[in-house]
Amino acid sequence: MTAKERMAIEPQKMPEQDPAVRAHNMREVALGYTPEQAQREATRCLNCPTKPCMQGCPVSVNIPGFLAQATAGDFKGALATIRESSLLPAVCGRVCPQEKQCQNFCTLGKLFKDPEKAVAIGRIERFCADFSAQAGQVGGDEAFNPSSTRPHAKRVAVVGSGPASITCAADCARAGFKVTMFEAFHKPGGVLVYGIPEFRLPKAIVQREIDGLKALGVDVVTDFVVGRTLTLSDMLDDGYDAIFVGTGAGLPKFMGIEGENLVGVFSANEYLTRANLMKAYDEDHVDTPFWHGRRVAVLGGGNVAMDASRMALRLGAEKVYLVYRRSEAEMPARREEMHHAREEGVEFLMLQNAKRVLGDEQGRVKGLECLTYELGEPDASGRRSPVAVPGSEFTLDVDTVVVAVGNGANPLVAATTPGLDVDAKGHVLVDPVTRMTSIPGVFAGGDIVLGAATVILAMGEGRAAAKGMADWLNRNAGEGETK
Amino acid sequence: MHRILEKRQLSASVFRMEVEAPLIARARAAGQFVIVMADVDAGERIPLTIADADPGKGSITLVFQAVGASTMKLAKLEAGDAIASVTGPLGRPTSIRGANGEPAGHVVCVGGGIGVAPLHPIVQALKRAGNRVTLVMGARTQDLFVMTDEMRALADELVLVTDDGSSGRKGLVTDPLKELCAAGGVDEVIAIGPPIMMKFCALATKPFGVKTTVSLNTIMIDGTGMCGGCRVTVGGQTKFVCVDGPEFDGHAVDWDQMMQRLSTFKVQEALARDHACRIGLHGESQATR
Repeated sequence: MTAKERMAIEPQKMPEQDPAVRAHNMREVALGYTPEQAQREATRCLNCPTKPCMQGCPVSVNIPGFLAQATAGDFKGALATIRESSLLPAVCGRVCPQEKQCQNFCTLGKLFKDPEKAVAIGRIERFCADFSAQAGQVGGDEAFNPSSTRPHAKRVAVVGSGPASITCAADCARAGFKVTMFEAFHKPGGVLVYGIPEFRLPKAIVQREIDGLKALGVDVVTDFVVGRTLTLSDMLDDGYDAIFVGTGAGLPKFMGIEGENLVGVFSANEYLTRANLMKAYDEDHVDTPFWHGRRVAVLGGGNVAMDASRMALRLGAEKVYLVYRRSEAEMPARREEMHHAREEGVEFLMLQNAKRVLGDEQGRVKGLECLTYELGEPDASGRRSPVAVPGSEFTLDVDTVVVAVGNGANPLVAATTPGLDVDAKGHVLVDPVTRMTSIPGVFAGGDIVLGAATVILAMGEGRAAAKGMADWLNRNAGEGETK
Repeated sequence: MHRILEKRQLSASVFRMEVEAPLIARARAAGQFVIVMADVDAGERIPLTIADADPGKGSITLVFQAVGASTMKLAKLEAGDAIASVTGPLGRPTSIRGANGEPAGHVVCVGGGIGVAPLHPIVQALKRAGNRVTLVMGARTQDLFVMTDEMRALADELVLVTDDGSSGRKGLVTDPLKELCAAGGVDEVIAIGPPIMMKFCALATKPFGVKTTVSLNTIMIDGTGMCGGCRVTVGGQTKFVCVDGPEFDGHAVDWDQMMQRLSTFKVQEALARDHACRIGLHGESQATR
């Protein structure tokens, strides 16, 4: 097929639930390609010799390679190719910001001067993963045989069970180490299970990846809070030869405005955790109480703000406002998420920001006073900084406010680990190559190092740390007991 | 899974369970708590204080009141059963006078209802550090006292107070507390119990300028600082009970806000409790906290 013929193929749309219907259920919004669609979309790839798409991928997936296999209908082979570089294709196919990564560099998008017309790499990746899962293949790779783990293998502890930790645990297990993964919650998966909603990432998919880890011989321990149940030095004393810390960015930021502790103001973390991990939507079967706001204001412009506002609709809100102090162009959320939120009925209030939360005599939210903003000079982030317009106060009639303005580094590990160096914001400092921290044998990666980032970046960090750990452990192999 | 080694009913709705949790038994200090789930698929995460621990046996002791759907489910479990999830120890340990740089002295502890349970390890630690401890225990009526014998053995003086005069003094815990403060020589007060009791203990000690520590039991999910549901205003600043607490300066806590926030899910909790009662999770009369 010539390049011209490939270019003539219409981009394949992914079927989605109708917005009016899906705004009231928790089922996945995007339904996934059919095999024919996946094959057809993959056929659009021009197979550029310079492979620009790969430059945009933080873990350098061999994208043209797997697209060629998908074009030939070899979806299983395509999945194997993806798995050489990415451990979580079913997750990344769904939640990666492909439009800023691989698809942003795709030649087709550039030729059409429309990034939406790039090859839908993420959708094909998702299809390959789902297709193989339906065929009964577990998340782990079939070729791996856990019994090949060396006897007297060194023991590795992986603290946290989000994307960085899952990747690190898998790579360490493959390298022949005995791996135990620790999670503070009662279920593993980290932000993939407590934060990202079911309608965007079904929890069964995360469970499949965890099952894959177990098949690789990884032990999973829940209800374990590092720094409290055991400290890092306890763990080293208990015989772990190396530790990876991937505890994430679990410290919600608030606005610091008046009325923020009123009843009915929630961090997005709390709001989403109740709804996702604690399954508050399933009222007939679970005990988790949920605040059923009728009129909800969500503060923030990232993916978490989109998730929270769409969740509010699904839990019965009549009106959901998304309040963001810059303009839509500066919003960090994915375009697709913004589009989905709008379709479902979320009203975007751009260039507006909360000034204070108003409460009634019982301390419950009865309104949100906002200010209008305009864009001034670019700030340190390169984005035009929002400036409040004096005297522009107005009040939104809401009974619920969800604060989704980001997360800082959770201080628990640093506070309980003397000698662990962190920066001014509390992020753990690591060697840029090995990812080892200031404590020998302790490595770190993911949001606890990067600050709040993306799933794929966290995975890349987990992988880099696993390599650093393997090198370090192998170097120290002959020395008997290592600390 | 955490096996229940022993279960005892202390009053109409209060239960004491000794539970296998070797790591927590080893790590815990006075003042810390755990989060418990009777059911990891449908249950709530319930913060409970640790009343005692035996590192040798690898067990901790929990004392709780069956007041809501989730604690009623927990109360249904028997010795030999397992609790699906126990996480901890969480929170900062109590700063114990005599071991924290401040000289040992006279500490008055006030325990309301099952607030006596978290006081148990605190009084143990205070005694170990050489303090004189006066313990004031309050309850609505005689039958609602828990752990009286253990506490009598630990404390230097024990004062019992009931609302109805069925045991000890008739009145409120703040009555003997004020008298003790007025008599002088009280170096610190530690009050644990229902929020309204802690609020009034703090108000009672304030005129005497006696340091007053309280332990807050707010709504929380993870207990590691991630959800922020437990936030309270202390001295004009927002604090997280799970990681900054659970103990705070009682004179600085914004009590009214804290109690309002505790009522966040009042309606849903009542519905869930009624549902739990209807399906037979709890047969007897309902005791409120």
